[in-house]
Amino acid sequence: MTAPDPFLPQPWRVERRRRELIGAVTLELAPLAGARPDFAPGQFNMLYVFGVGEVAISLSGDAERGTTFVHTLRNVGAVSGALTALQVGASVGVRGPFGRGWPLAEAEGADVLLVAGGLGLAPLRPALYAILARRERYGRVVIMVGSRSPEDILYRRELEHWRRRPDLEVLLTVDHADADWRGHVGVVPALIPHAGLDPAETLALVCGPEVMMRFTANALLAAGIRPERIHLSMERNMKCAVGQCGHCQFGPFFVCKDGPVLRYDRIGTILAVPEI
Amino acid sequence: MESLEEILGRHPFFAGFEAEHGRLVAGCARNVRFAAGQYLFREGDPADEFFLIRHGRVALELVEPGRPPVVFATLGEGEIVGASWLLPPYRWRLAARATELTRAIGIDAACLRGKCEADHHLGYAMMKRFLPILVERLQATRLQLLDVYGKR
Amino acid sequence: MDALPTTTTAAVLDRDGLQALIEALAARGFRVLGPLVRDEAIVYDEIAGVADLPAGWTDRQGPGQYRLERRDDQALFGFAAAPQSWKRFLHPPVETLWRVRQGEGGLLFSTAAEATPRYAFLGVRACDLHAIAIQDRVLCEGDYRDDAYARRRRGAFIVALNCSEAGDTCFCVSMGSGPKAAGAFDLALTELLDERRHEFLVEVGSAAGGEVLASLPQRAALDADRAAAAAVVERTAGRMGRQLDTAGLQALLQDNPEHPRWDEVAERCLSCANCTMVCPTCFCTTVEDHSDLAGGSAERVRLWDSCFTLDFSYIHGGSVRQTDKGRYRQWMTHKLSTWFDQFGSSGCVGCGRCITWCPVGIDITEEAAAIRATPHVQGGSHGES
Repeated sequence: MTAPDPFLPQPWRVERRRRELIGAVTLELAPLAGARPDFAPGQFNMLYVFGVGEVAISLSGDAERGTTFVHTLRNVGAVSGALTALQVGASVGVRGPFGRGWPLAEAEGADVLLVAGGLGLAPLRPALYAILARRERYGRVVIMVGSRSPEDILYRRELEHWRRRPDLEVLLTVDHADADWRGHVGVVPALIPHAGLDPAETLALVCGPEVMMRFTANALLAAGIRPERIHLSMERNMKCAVGQCGHCQFGPFFVCKDGPVLRYDRIGTILAVPEI
Repeated sequence: MESLEEILGRHPFFAGFEAEHGRLVAGCARNVRFAAGQYLFREGDPADEFFLIRHGRVALELVEPGRPPVVFATLGEGEIVGASWLLPPYRWRLAARATELTRAIGIDAACLRGKCEADHHLGYAMMKRFLPILVERLQATRLQLLDVYGKR
Repeated sequence: MDALPTTTTAAVLDRDGLQALIEALAARGFRVLGPLVRDEAIVYDEIAGVADLPAGWTDRQGPGQYRLERRDDQALFGFAAAPQSWKRFLHPPVETLWRVRQGEGGLLFSTAAEATPRYAFLGVRACDLHAIAIQDRVLCEGDYRDDAYARRRRGAFIVALNCSEAGDTCFCVSMGSGPKAAGAFDLALTELLDERRHEFLVEVGSAAGGEVLASLPQRAALDADRAAAAAVVERTAGRMGRQLDTAGLQALLQDNPEHPRWDEVAERCLSCANCTMVCPTCFCTTVEDHSDLAGGSAERVRLWDSCFTLDFSYIHGGSVRQTDKGRYRQWMTHKLSTWFDQFGSSGCVGCGRCITWCPVGIDITEEAAAIRATPHVQGGSHGES
């Protein structure tokens, strides 16, 4: 909790802006006053653009380093469009961090599989930073990233860098490619049966479009991973971020405060029901 | 030198296969090797042989006029390449290209179809192994079709 | 509100005593709100005295129907739930949350600090008292608190009312929420009216209530008065217009998201959101960001919202709940089922407003019963087919 009033934004400033992909940027925000609040990997902030509105964006920076909030977002609407157009020096309103993040303490001692689809890598990146910072506490660590095409791979340079680490397995796949692409082509769940996972030891963290997460969860279950060891980061409409406006309801959950990371054994039955 | 039967027995596709059936399949099999860039088959070719990849990687491609071939799936160690040999008119509907040095077992389609026809137990055992792979690929194709990462 | 005294003290007021109560509350700085007749309905608004109360009026309610009628007597509280509950005062339909200016160094946010009104509510029925407690849990008792709500709530003086009339759409007995007021009130009234008298048994629910009561002209409550008040409540409890079988309802609704009844009710539902606007527990809101024409300042306004609107569940690409079926199912399942998961109680208090004010007369008790009658529980705990 940053402010006594959870509804009142605090003024922050765009410190850096990096274009990631077509329509997607990473903003680094610094507080105008005080220090960056602590956050947990998987949490999100509400970002406000003056006169336009507010939108929920996951945190995608390192929770244990730096003095800024890092957000990677895509222009998909009025507010996110205004955010992606902000230049260095612009002032934004920030509320947060909110929500329950990835179960990194529970993951200690386990093999960790991170499965990202598209921009779903952004909310997973802080989890990977945290795991790598205490690498010895985890077993095998595998990250699978699915993207639309080679040009759409988020954080590609960082992924290449991680790929060279001997203690991290990075598997990239794209939905389609031209003949120059040397990596996997196919959907990310198709990587799961061939990854040699030890189902009894593996805990899976999944983030991406909801359909991709459903397919991924099914592949994980088919690989023998228990439902309570599969964690999905859900997306719903968020307005208040504190469980008081009702917009993000997902069955018995408020995605903003019970999630966004929810365990598959709790949501599996409603995940495939239309319009829940 | 390992026998083809032993190599087949270790391939995930044939895990748990009855020894007698393994011998029948091995009678239709041969070792094959494709250099990087070499085609296993092209669209329109007779589908007279399918492949079990031992090492390497194979890209499945479709060609559209006016643009480079689109790769819509890659297959690697332990996977099978080709389904059109199962049903008439036994023609490939896509191209398969090795993207790196690839070693595989090729299985003569007419030979195996004949043995399956003669021994329905073998046919059923093959069907039980093929169908889950085909269904899984169908489901993956559905997910691809949704283009979930696109700005929709 | 301070703790309940261990023993409930009681007294009897006559109409003059009730007048004195209203005046005493006003003298203590409260804005006294109570029922009055306006626009052919009972509304809650500011009252100056007993003369403003709906003497001799009752209401006839039914699915999609509401009409005021004359009573044979001069009862002051002889009607059932009014269209609007007290929600509109504690959790107002429009509220400015904050303002922001573009300063030299960046955005300057400030809370829209408005003076907290001190309300005294006269005639809070048991259902609405439960509804207030439910909204307290949503808005104040989680990890985050809506401070403005909490201040209004803390400042409010509540005069509860034990109902002497049950409407055709009432079912508080089924929901365990009435008709006798229980819980956090300062004073509770029971109207005692017959050929011989028109009085009010007043029970004390807080120290503040006791202090106010002590200042009023009164007589001591006799056992006979208490018995008469109990009889009023008992008679009302026996006249519920509806009932709702709540046994196992939480699981029943969550296990039947594809029950054909949802399609059937969607044929009738207009997605007009009336049920959510009149519901005393519905808490959903949205926000609007306004900026002035010069673009130098802006504000955020919070408004009641409804899960029946298409925008409510919008995520980029479209709304999650596109159909009337999806939206009605969300509302009713939330109200009667998932509310337990979230807040430990039902979200329904049996006030019947959603039935009365539904323009096509959809009846939540009937819908729940229809699903109970032919449950199609789906098998499997993990949807992987």
